[in-house]
Amino acid sequence: MSKTFKLDGREIPFETGQTIMDAALAAGVYIPHLCHNPEFAPHGSCRVCVVDIGGRQVSACTAAASEGLEVDNSSEAIGETRRAILQMLFVEGNHVCPACEKSGACQLQAVAYYTGMLAPHFTHFFPRRSVDASHPDVVIDFNRCILCELCVRASRDHDGKRVFAISGRGLESHLVIDSPSGLLGDSSFAATDKAAHVCPTGAILPKGRGYETPIGERLYDREPISIVGDVRAQEEEVL
Amino acid sequence: MSTNLETARHPETLKRVCIEPLTRVEGHGKVTLFLDEDNHVKQARLHIVEFRGFEKFIQGRPYWELPVLVQRLCGICPVSHHLAAAKACDRLVGVDRLTPTAEKVRRLMHLGQVLQSHALHFFHLSSPDLLFGIDDAVAHRNIVGVIRDHPEIAMQGVLLRKFGQEVIRVTSGKRVHGTGALPGGVNKNVSLEERDLLLAEIDRVVDWAEKGVQLIKRIILTRPDFHYRFANVDANTLSLVAPDGGFELYDGGLRARDPQGETIFDHADDQGYAELLHEEIKPWSYMKFPFIVALGPEKGWYRVGPLARVNNCERFHTPLAEQERQDFAAAGEGRPLQAALTTHWARMIELLHCAEAIRELLADPDLQGTDLRREGAMQTTGIGVLEAPRGTLFHHYEIDSDGLVTRANLIVSTTNNNQAMNASIRRVAADDLDGHALTEPLLNRIEVAIRAYDPCLSCATHALGKMPLELELLDAEGRRVGRLVRHADGSVAA
Ligand code: SF4
Ligand code: FES
Repeated sequence: MSKTFKLDGREIPFETGQTIMDAALAAGVYIPHLCHNPEFAPHGSCRVCVVDIGGRQVSACTAAASEGLEVDNSSEAIGETRRAILQMLFVEGNHVCPACEKSGACQLQAVAYYTGMLAPHFTHFFPRRSVDASHPDVVIDFNRCILCELCVRASRDHDGKRVFAISGRGLESHLVIDSPSGLLGDSSFAATDKAAHVCPTGAILPKGRGYETPIGERLYDREPISIVGDVRAQEEEVL
Repeated sequence: MSTNLETARHPETLKRVCIEPLTRVEGHGKVTLFLDEDNHVKQARLHIVEFRGFEKFIQGRPYWELPVLVQRLCGICPVSHHLAAAKACDRLVGVDRLTPTAEKVRRLMHLGQVLQSHALHFFHLSSPDLLFGIDDAVAHRNIVGVIRDHPEIAMQGVLLRKFGQEVIRVTSGKRVHGTGALPGGVNKNVSLEERDLLLAEIDRVVDWAEKGVQLIKRIILTRPDFHYRFANVDANTLSLVAPDGGFELYDGGLRARDPQGETIFDHADDQGYAELLHEEIKPWSYMKFPFIVALGPEKGWYRVGPLARVNNCERFHTPLAEQERQDFAAAGEGRPLQAALTTHWARMIELLHCAEAIRELLADPDLQGTDLRREGAMQTTGIGVLEAPRGTLFHHYEIDSDGLVTRANLIVSTTNNNQAMNASIRRVAADDLDGHALTEPLLNRIEVAIRAYDPCLSCATHALGKMPLELELLDAEGRRVGRLVRHADGSVAA
């Protein structure tokens, strides 16, 4: 008999070493997440996967599953916390969904819809960030980076390249590229790298793709992210 | 400063009349009338504060975002900007001829946009003035009054607009702010199911459009003296035309004619627009003043939009619109019609043409084609020109080798009409305001003349109320000697 814990009252089986996120996803239960991708080591940075265990809020992607836990993934309080976290992510960068080509297939947007976030609420920072289009095949729009480090992990752990890193602390944190000029075009990055296909937002995109997918046929146009899953599924198809 | 409106020898001694809309959400206009000591109108200026930031805003963005990005910058005719930017992007990706499916889907989208825009303008904004007369009480002279007194007309307007929006939805994915056009093509065709949805309505739409033309014709011909005189100014005209000189909205050569209808230039390549038209900047307006280079800044101003287009073309290729065009041309007795309110007549002929052209296109199997996009060799300059509902629209982009925009220049229809609107206002003021105290009916006339151009200003597109206006009379020393304010709800205060 395998071990179980309770998620919103439902018994979730797990193996030793699994996180709450791993076990939930394996059991087909959705816990909203952005920086989590089962292919890479958990990172625990976006906090969107926050759940409540006995009055303590923890990130499901880093918390180990253990026998008999009672985990709250859907209370109003958890919803509030997630919405506030998302709102902060939205105002911290420049996420202009109506004009963004990733709209409709963006995990940040889809999670925001899923949690019922209707407006950014907080004052926008409107940071001044750039677009790096120096690479022939891929463009990086830093306005949309949420510092989830998925590209960092993918480049390091899968592509064996370390093209990306996060530099600076706190509000000053930003994504940097390992190349003499700091530009993607001068790095060893290739469009076939895993790192080119893991970004949950529209920060790393193939050049010129734009609005190719008609409205109505985009990843999250018909069903919510809890059913459709992460963007990586679609992105990695291209590989 | 060069404008032939300023005929005063000593402008510094003139009195000022200011008409200032109070809404400042999307941009506002302000009319200044300069009176001399005898209350004769010597100058007229329509000040328009546009959102000029967009050319800067676009800089540094990837070119493939443009068609969707720019339509967000203007809430009034997004599809026109979407398509003009897409046409410019076609050039950037080295495509000068789209696949038949892509071209026809875009044309359909454009026809839907012009149809819905014209329907909104005529039925919601202008029909109250036309049906009830300019001097009718403001409380009655609005769309609510039309719904009460002429419910069938109001209903036709609503249904026409709805149909146009459906055409837009089917071709772009959404009724407002869709994504259909891509650099070099489109992202979807029109399915048989979508086509049938539109086909089911189209005969009625053509019928309503025909009734619309008959309505405006009746109105104009009931008081021909007034309608041919009101805000009548001789203007050069600019529009696109088809290779055979026929009416064209989506793609063609540039044609300019003088007030007698003589050619200034014809079938000019739109990619060379910058040699034909220059823009002048004036200290008192944020809006640029484009002019025809061959005529110079003094005489080179021109009119765009329905009146210019219907005057400029030799024929419509759709039969009902062509029949109406012949009546229209005959009314000018050999010269182009120039009175502001005849614009509404031209607009309704265009609406009829859109309905007929949509019917024709819907029968074309190319709409269901699957060859949607072409590619070519990347270029660094892209120019897209089309006829938006309000007139010729120019988008011009330059990009660097990475594909990011380095420079953008947009000339929107209302900018093209800038000086022509001034001239019409001055004509109205000279005819109707001279020597009079400030009264509401006099104000209304200026409003009606401005509205005939359908300028893309929030004050002018206020669908439910009246254009919010402030009228201020200042004496030669700048002291206010009179004031009249009309709010959007129609209430008037001194
Ligand atoms: S670029 Fe994308 S994947 Fe990389 S850190 Fe930013 S949001 Fe995450
Ligand atoms: S998904 Fe758990 S912290 Fe980001």
